[in-house]
Amino acid sequence: MSGFPILTLLTVLPLVGAAIALWSGKHARNVALVTTLASLALALVVWTWLPADGSMGMVERAAWAPSLGIEYHLGVDGLGALMLVLAAIVTLMSVDAAHRVHHQPGLYFGLVLLLESGLFGSFTALNFFHWFLFWELSLIPAFFLIRLWGGARRGPAATQFFVYTMAGSVALLVCFLAVFLSTGSMDFGHLTQMASTGALDRAVTAHLGPVTLWLAIGVLAGFAVKVPMVPFHTWLPAAYAEAPSPVTMLLTGAMSKMGVYGLLRIAIPLFGHQIAQIRTPLLVLAAVTVVMGAWAAAAQTDMKRIFAYSSVNHLGYCLLGIFAIAVPAGGAAVFASQAAALNGVILQMFNHGITAAALFWFVAMLQERTGGHRGIDDFGGLRKPAPVLAGLMGIALFSSLGLPGLNGFVGEFLIFRGVFPLAWVAATVSILGLLVTAAVILTVIQKVFTGPVAEHCVNFPDLHHGERLALAPIIGLMLLIGLLPQLIVGAVNPTVVNLLAHWRF
Amino acid sequence: MLAWTIYLSFAGALMLALLPKGKNGLARWLALAVAVGGLALAVQGFVAGMGQGRTVLVDLPWVPTMGVHFLLAADGISRVLVLLTGLAAVAGVLFSWNIELRTNEFFAFFLALIGGVYGVFLSFDLFLLFVFYEVAIVPKYFLISIWGSTRREYAAMKLALYSFVGSAMVLIGLLAAYATSGSHSTSLIALGHAGFPVSFQMWCFPLVFTGFAILAGMWPFHTWAPTGHVAAPTAASMLLAGVVMKLGAYGCLRVGIALFPHGLDPWGFSFIGVGSWRDVFAILAVVGIVYGALVALVQTDFKFVIGYSSVSHMGFVLLGLMALNQIGVTGAVLQMFSHGILAGLLFAIVGRIVYERTHTRQLAELETMHLSRRLPFAAWAFVIAGMASMGLPGFSGFVAELQVLVGAWMVKPWWTVGAGIGIVVGVAYTWRALQKAFFSDAPASAHALESEHGHEFAAITWPEVTGVTLLAGVSLFVGLYPRILLDTIEPAVKALLAGGGQ
Repeated sequence: MSGFPILTLLTVLPLVGAAIALWSGKHARNVALVTTLASLALALVVWTWLPADGSMGMVERAAWAPSLGIEYHLGVDGLGALMLVLAAIVTLMSVDAAHRVHHQPGLYFGLVLLLESGLFGSFTALNFFHWFLFWELSLIPAFFLIRLWGGARRGPAATQFFVYTMAGSVALLVCFLAVFLSTGSMDFGHLTQMASTGALDRAVTAHLGPVTLWLAIGVLAGFAVKVPMVPFHTWLPAAYAEAPSPVTMLLTGAMSKMGVYGLLRIAIPLFGHQIAQIRTPLLVLAAVTVVMGAWAAAAQTDMKRIFAYSSVNHLGYCLLGIFAIAVPAGGAAVFASQAAALNGVILQMFNHGITAAALFWFVAMLQERTGGHRGIDDFGGLRKPAPVLAGLMGIALFSSLGLPGLNGFVGEFLIFRGVFPLAWVAATVSILGLLVTAAVILTVIQKVFTGPVAEHCVNFPDLHHGERLALAPIIGLMLLIGLLPQLIVGAVNPTVVNLLAHWRF
Repeated sequence: MLAWTIYLSFAGALMLALLPKGKNGLARWLALAVAVGGLALAVQGFVAGMGQGRTVLVDLPWVPTMGVHFLLAADGISRVLVLLTGLAAVAGVLFSWNIELRTNEFFAFFLALIGGVYGVFLSFDLFLLFVFYEVAIVPKYFLISIWGSTRREYAAMKLALYSFVGSAMVLIGLLAAYATSGSHSTSLIALGHAGFPVSFQMWCFPLVFTGFAILAGMWPFHTWAPTGHVAAPTAASMLLAGVVMKLGAYGCLRVGIALFPHGLDPWGFSFIGVGSWRDVFAILAVVGIVYGALVALVQTDFKFVIGYSSVSHMGFVLLGLMALNQIGVTGAVLQMFSHGILAGLLFAIVGRIVYERTHTRQLAELETMHLSRRLPFAAWAFVIAGMASMGLPGFSGFVAELQVLVGAWMVKPWWTVGAGIGIVVGVAYTWRALQKAFFSDAPASAHALESEHGHEFAAITWPEVTGVTLLAGVSLFVGLYPRILLDTIEPAVKALLAGGGQ
């Protein structure tokens, strides 16, 4: 078992699929389906092979360019493996949802699979160069998927997306260049160790002067763009709304997690101490992200924009949890709160990925049936002509709202459980976000599904068997995690304990 | 074996020159065969040279009274650049497949140029190197003035004049060095041990370095480069930006830095922070990086965008050289290779694949043609080349520029800051050109509509596909596995910087 390069295989598989899809024209979607199914199976194997003590498993190392500290170094812990599973599920959903790509399907599915490879690579990399390669690799296909298959205003939306993320990438690159010049290493594990003893800060200060805090801010900014965090979020609504819905599923379901993952894998381990110094302004930004995301969602009528802003809101909870735990070690009670918040953040990443992807999938189905309508005022009383659609989308909506018994609740509960003792003001303010989100989601349900049946919706076709079959496992997963959160928390908790033990604030 | 690259190329040039007119097909295949043969020799020499230091290939007395030898040798730096020349030659022939005007003469000049370039990279005798250096200039002039486009006579003359001025400076320096050394040898190896007086190096170094740097496109002596690149036929642009500019940078390193290392010492006084020739040239390099990128950002002619981007990318080479440390100079050599490949690819796409079909290079006109739909191969080839040129990780440019930045940082951090700004602007101009030329949504103009319905663009031909695949594949491979070249470059750079002559 050990020694088998399963992570390399997992990363290469979508690349092979992409190459085949590119040349298979009309059959590209089938190629993509097979590839993503196989990827999911492999990701689940990775999940089951995880070391029980929360350390890095399935590690592969090989020299790459030693003079630059570049190494081929991969491995996963509970956090990475969960993200792999999420990326595999979301990509599969996205491919499944994209059954109406008529324009250059080979290229479309090739790019989607390239993106999947980028996701897998960045969730397993343990060396900056290696990680950055895949981080950028995922950016390019995302740009073209928006640019070529997007809605009417796709040009500006794709440009904005590209410029923002590229600026974030440059910030990351510059910061890591500085770290490399000071320490001679690009290895996350080694740098984390240096940071935990304060050696990283000393090395940077010795080489470049007192700039460690600025490096921390640069790295945070790079990830904040991707998550996104206010005030770096303005690219998001346009990109999410203009991208074709299956691509939006990928953007929100999997790519936004790259930002949160980067914070947990890179920013906090390397710059925890510096982040703790600026914790208060960061908590303010996180709380603003939560509340503003919810308020902005309330002001929209386009369903894609509503869910786009509610994504900002949901990932705001992750930011809240991450910044709240940045407090110096202080006994068992603090540790328990930190562990709860971190478990919550990781669970929330997974839950939001599944739920948001599902919601955009439902929007795609509504659009297909009405020739492109997706405003909440374009529908009415759909529960009568399409009860199954209404029921399943209702479950997804309630999951997004955070109803107990569904997946969304557990993550948010754990985050708030952890954040309250650590930063009660930010937590209290963020409660406002929860309330507004609830109002937004209920408004969607009310306007679309209840009330008198709108005239043009009388013959609204319900889900056919294929769609029910495709959606059933996703909805099932939402219920399963809601009822048995231990399935994920149990596997992730050793990693959380292990991570917290290595971090220094 | 490596020496045969030179003989083979010149023999090929001679055969093509003697070929009767009208046998265009034969001329092409002959040129391709010679280029492929050269590449095969270069690869063989590269592989055989792995893990070896400098090896002497040929050493024959040539002008005994002056101590001039026909001395060919190769170290890691030469082997990598010879490999680059081989690749550029094959790609150049492939992208000249459609030349119908005086085909045999075209390829004769082309191969003569290639032979000269091989010669420069393999010469370890100062006068031999200079002879090959001059030999390379002449065919360049004819390639541009006969087969060129936009203001070709002006561009060809400008290029030739700049080159000759640079050569004259180099020649004065070389003669002075020969006279001063007192040894009756012009071998670079012997001269490296000559130990020139510091005061002599102080004036001879800037002279020789500037002379060579003119051909490397150093700001403010770069102006021949964009006009020359634009006017030249595609294959000549590819060679000009791909390998000829490297001749200049190579001369800077092999002759300037290696023979006169003390020319880089501090003057003993400093004026607004500039205290040595090293500072002067590093600043010119940084200015070139930023200036080239900014000018590329506002061009309306697609080919000029690539032309100015070459100035910017060559600035990285000069900056890496001025870092004078292991990592910076290694980065400079790798950047020479990387830019050689990528400039070739970019000029091939713009000048051959796009221009030969659309007959315009104006971005404003290309915007209305929706090329991503009508020429998807060109669009995606440019996406890949553009990503590599931007310096995205996974391509050769990233590793090279990263090393240059790291090396420069170790000397003076603000050099790196300046070059970093150039990289950001580089992303912007590449991306702007990509958007405008291929992925624009601008409404089709009447002219474009007419041509769209009137006729389809000619299909992409096999030489184009082969050429793009070759160049893009090499850049990707080196980007993903930089050690393939670094393991060869690093020991050679180490030996060169350690002094004692190469």
